[in-house]
Amino acid sequence: MTWRRTGATGSRVLLQLRHDPRTVGLMVAVPAVLMGLLAWILHGRDHDFDKYGPQLLGIFPLVVMFLVTSVATLRERTSGTLERLLTMPIAKSDFVLGYAFAFGLAAIVQALVVSGLCFGPYGMTVRGQPWLVVVVAVLDALLGTAMGLSVSALAATEFQAVQFMPAVVLPQLLLCGIIVPRGALPNVLHWVSYALPMSYAVDATQQLSSHAVVTGQFVVDLCVVGGFLIAALALAASTLHRRTP
Amino acid sequence: MAFRKDDPVPNRAEPPAGTTVCVEHLTVVRGRTRAVDDVSFMIDAGSLVGLLGPSGCGKTTLMRSLVGVQQVQAGDIRLFGEPAGSPSLRTRVGYLTQSPSVYGDLTVRENLSYFAKIIGQGPGAVERVLAEVDLGHHTEVLVGRLSGGERTRVSLATALLGSPSLLVLDEPTVGLDPLLRRHLWALFRRLAAGGTTLLVSSHVMDEAERCERMLLMRDGRILADTSPADLLASTAAEDFESAFVTLIEGAAQATEENGR
Repeated sequence: MTWRRTGATGSRVLLQLRHDPRTVGLMVAVPAVLMGLLAWILHGRDHDFDKYGPQLLGIFPLVVMFLVTSVATLRERTSGTLERLLTMPIAKSDFVLGYAFAFGLAAIVQALVVSGLCFGPYGMTVRGQPWLVVVVAVLDALLGTAMGLSVSALAATEFQAVQFMPAVVLPQLLLCGIIVPRGALPNVLHWVSYALPMSYAVDATQQLSSHAVVTGQFVVDLCVVGGFLIAALALAASTLHRRTP
Repeated sequence: MAFRKDDPVPNRAEPPAGTTVCVEHLTVVRGRTRAVDDVSFMIDAGSLVGLLGPSGCGKTTLMRSLVGVQQVQAGDIRLFGEPAGSPSLRTRVGYLTQSPSVYGDLTVRENLSYFAKIIGQGPGAVERVLAEVDLGHHTEVLVGRLSGGERTRVSLATALLGSPSLLVLDEPTVGLDPLLRRHLWALFRRLAAGGTTLLVSSHVMDEAERCERMLLMRDGRILADTSPADLLASTAAEDFESAFVTLIEGAAQATEENGR
């Protein structure tokens, strides 16, 4: 891995985004509108937005980044640009980290705008530090990027790539504790939920909602999400093959 | 993967000095077909070799094997004495894929600058290749807005970026207008004269006359390894299309006689 090649790949992906302003607009506008909708739905219900808002603030960016990345990487695979790159002196980690940096930067912009709206006009409050909510949201978006990178290896077409989103993300959404607290899940499902990264992402925001200080549990949650992120990036790099059948 | 680069090929003679490409008993199976079937050949440094044959005859698979992106089942490929796909070859071999592998949502210059950074070339290389493929006036246009032929040239320019010693070009001139095709063949001859080795594929038989040497492929095998003049002379044909037909019929007859 070299900084030059990783940086070149990251800025190339950002350039591609710059040429596609509508995609960038959607990346920011969709979660912003959805959070606004949530705030409106829960308006007047005592502190419900304070409870659900931070949790979903981490999940919407994850979904958006998952979709954008899996389609972008699939395009690299099908258009031959990935094959060409892999005949050149680029490390697989340069490619994967280049994407992570570019979409990580996009995720920071997205998280700042959306949480700015939530904490401002939408009136969301947390007991903990608001900037830590932004940190969790960015980490979640990066996790979405990393999962999208690895899942694109399983898809042969864009139709398939898009369908991996509900397949990978929706079960986590059901089990992460938003709908039913994880402790109240049937035993087997409770154990399954321990193996899913979104459980920890949601728990981290719950910690921020209900505690004024940084709890040990929050730090553990953040580390676990970071671990899942690194594992997903490594998995993504391992799905890139220089030789194909 | 059945192919191991350190598999010793029995009695493999060292290729003579000045050999850029050395392929021995290469076999590639894709699905149920033998896309490349026991193919052997050598290419000398600085030569311009055409790889001709109909669509689906195995040209692309053979070229992918050379640049080390194809899983191969048997045989040995050495470029500059190194096994195909070795990391040390990644700056010495330029590869043009059949469909243009460049980013449609970047401009011509952005595409070339990115690939130049990956192979460690400066902005000078970008200007040079833009001139070589005659795209100097289109540099700020998104590649997705270009015509198919222009897109192929951007892709070709990318392959030329690092001034590689070996160029593997998969159908670089298909679909281009005759003037441009002539321009590119002149570029290929110039590069060969400067010491670059080129393997150029085409399914248009008439392009045979532009090479010094041609490998004729059909059904994964090399039917003939000859020069354009010799091919015409040996088949007593007037053009390359009919020479190729004569060759195929001759090969089919030989198989039939062997079977008897």
